[in-house]
Amino acid sequence: MAGFITTEIVQTALETGLIYSLVALSLFISFSILDICDLSTDGCYTLGCAVGAVTAIAGHPILALFAAMGAGICSGFITALLQTRLGVPSILAGIIVNTGLYTINLAVMGFSSNLSVFGVDTVFSLIKEKNASPFWADWHKLIFLLVLLLAICLLIWWFMGTRLGLAIRATGDSPAMVRASSINPAQMITVGLCIANALTGLSGALIGQYNKSCDINLGTGMVTIALASLIIGETISGKRSMLGRILCVVVGSCLYRFIVSIALRLNVPTEAFKLVSAVIVAIAIATPQIRTLIDSYKKRQAAIAMRKQYQKGGNR
Amino acid sequence: MLKMIEISKTFHPGTINEKKALTGINLDLKDGDFVTIVGSNGAGKSTMFNTISGSFIADEGLIELDGRDITFEPEHQRSRYIGRLFQDPLMGTAPNMTIEENLAIAYLRTAKDPTAIFSRISRKEKDFFRERLALLNMGLEDRMKNPVGLLSGGQRQALTLLMATLVTPKLLLLDEHTAALDPATASKVLELTKQIVEEQHITCLMITHNMNQALDMGNRTLMMDSGRIVFDVEGPERAAMTVDDLLHKFAENAGQRLDNDRILLSGHH
Repeated sequence: MAGFITTEIVQTALETGLIYSLVALSLFISFSILDICDLSTDGCYTLGCAVGAVTAIAGHPILALFAAMGAGICSGFITALLQTRLGVPSILAGIIVNTGLYTINLAVMGFSSNLSVFGVDTVFSLIKEKNASPFWADWHKLIFLLVLLLAICLLIWWFMGTRLGLAIRATGDSPAMVRASSINPAQMITVGLCIANALTGLSGALIGQYNKSCDINLGTGMVTIALASLIIGETISGKRSMLGRILCVVVGSCLYRFIVSIALRLNVPTEAFKLVSAVIVAIAIATPQIRTLIDSYKKRQAAIAMRKQYQKGGNR
Repeated sequence: MLKMIEISKTFHPGTINEKKALTGINLDLKDGDFVTIVGSNGAGKSTMFNTISGSFIADEGLIELDGRDITFEPEHQRSRYIGRLFQDPLMGTAPNMTIEENLAIAYLRTAKDPTAIFSRISRKEKDFFRERLALLNMGLEDRMKNPVGLLSGGQRQALTLLMATLVTPKLLLLDEHTAALDPATASKVLELTKQIVEEQHITCLMITHNMNQALDMGNRTLMMDSGRIVFDVEGPERAAMTVDDLLHKFAENAGQRLDNDRILLSGHH
């Protein structure tokens, strides 16, 4: 077993899992809390990567993270504007923004479909320089990401307990109640989507610096992958508190990456992953309905059996 | 207090489904008035509430509250001083949030400081919420960390009432807020309504299908029909009225439409 799952595999799964968990956290805010399916995630993720890569190549790897978050906020703002002020249905708003972002992303990358971030400083290389020990050389990425994610989780948890956070949660939970409480739901959706997309953008920038490359098709299917992580996370969290739910989303994302690593070890072709994620999401979301169907089938069978019994009794 | 001047509202104008929901409503409420409103289904009662609360803007006319023109003010701004309860007890609260969190959102209305939105619920506020919840006499003060979705309809409606009046509103709109509750719970929520409205001296409009309630509660009664206020009674004349008198008035105005209306069923008790 030790040979099958090496430390390296676990480490990579954790590192990428932590980076991807930012997108899962983004969907936690838009999908779980605001009850909005934000389909601009794919494009926004690539946008974050492109903006982050370009800024890092220009020599500002730390600024790159903030620039990517800023780009994500702009993207989220437009998605929100379309659905709250201009009457575009929310799913369509995401799709429109996603399509538009493809061109924007290409433009950011200087109309090339691929960028290399090799040979320049990244946040990871900057952190690696802090300490020369071999332990640090092996683990600096994971430690940095763990600290970053923990800080972000705590920040989200704190935010969700503030008046603004409560108002955003209520907007997804009971729009009528929100209007009756003198809160503008349009504003809350806008703030929520901006925060969510900032996280998506940050994730893109981190993965760009982690992989030292950026590709125009990087984000394709990201929303499904992140949803799969989110659902795994929500399943393990159950009815926990807000902080528990947030941390479980991160755990879910790492678990998902772990499953992917194992699949890689089993020589499952990478091309199959998107189908696998799609199946996981479909099954996870359909599970309650499937359960109801099975339940009602059982009840029917029981009723038929009872009728037979009853008829037998009547004939006697 | 509340002044409605020539308010009209037509749905689907110019189509085959055109419906004149309100036709020239004039209403002038005095401070502290508690007005009950009766009328058959489709008389325009809820439409009137919707124009007052800002759920939609009237086609014509003006609405003033406390001398301020609010005709075009959006709903979420009006809700700063207009509280509203619906027939559906599930509408006024967020089910997946705790009692405490729901109250905190309702309490946010008072916040004038722009940084208040980044504040979390303080101990002082918790104590205040606990104190107010205790007034409901439902034991909710010990369940403040429970999600509201776990409460019964009556408890949720009582909580909604508390939330609507946590910060004393200038005007309270009650849209048959006890109609979906069982009789015992309904009378309890009604009792609470009376108590809170009296204590805080809130001007109040209440739609009801119960003729007894219409005469029992408040100091003034309106009857609506086909988008108009057809009868408006207060003072000694109202005090002398019986349920039969009111039903009679109703029959005069509503004619044969009365036959299939549930008012008949709820009139006599």
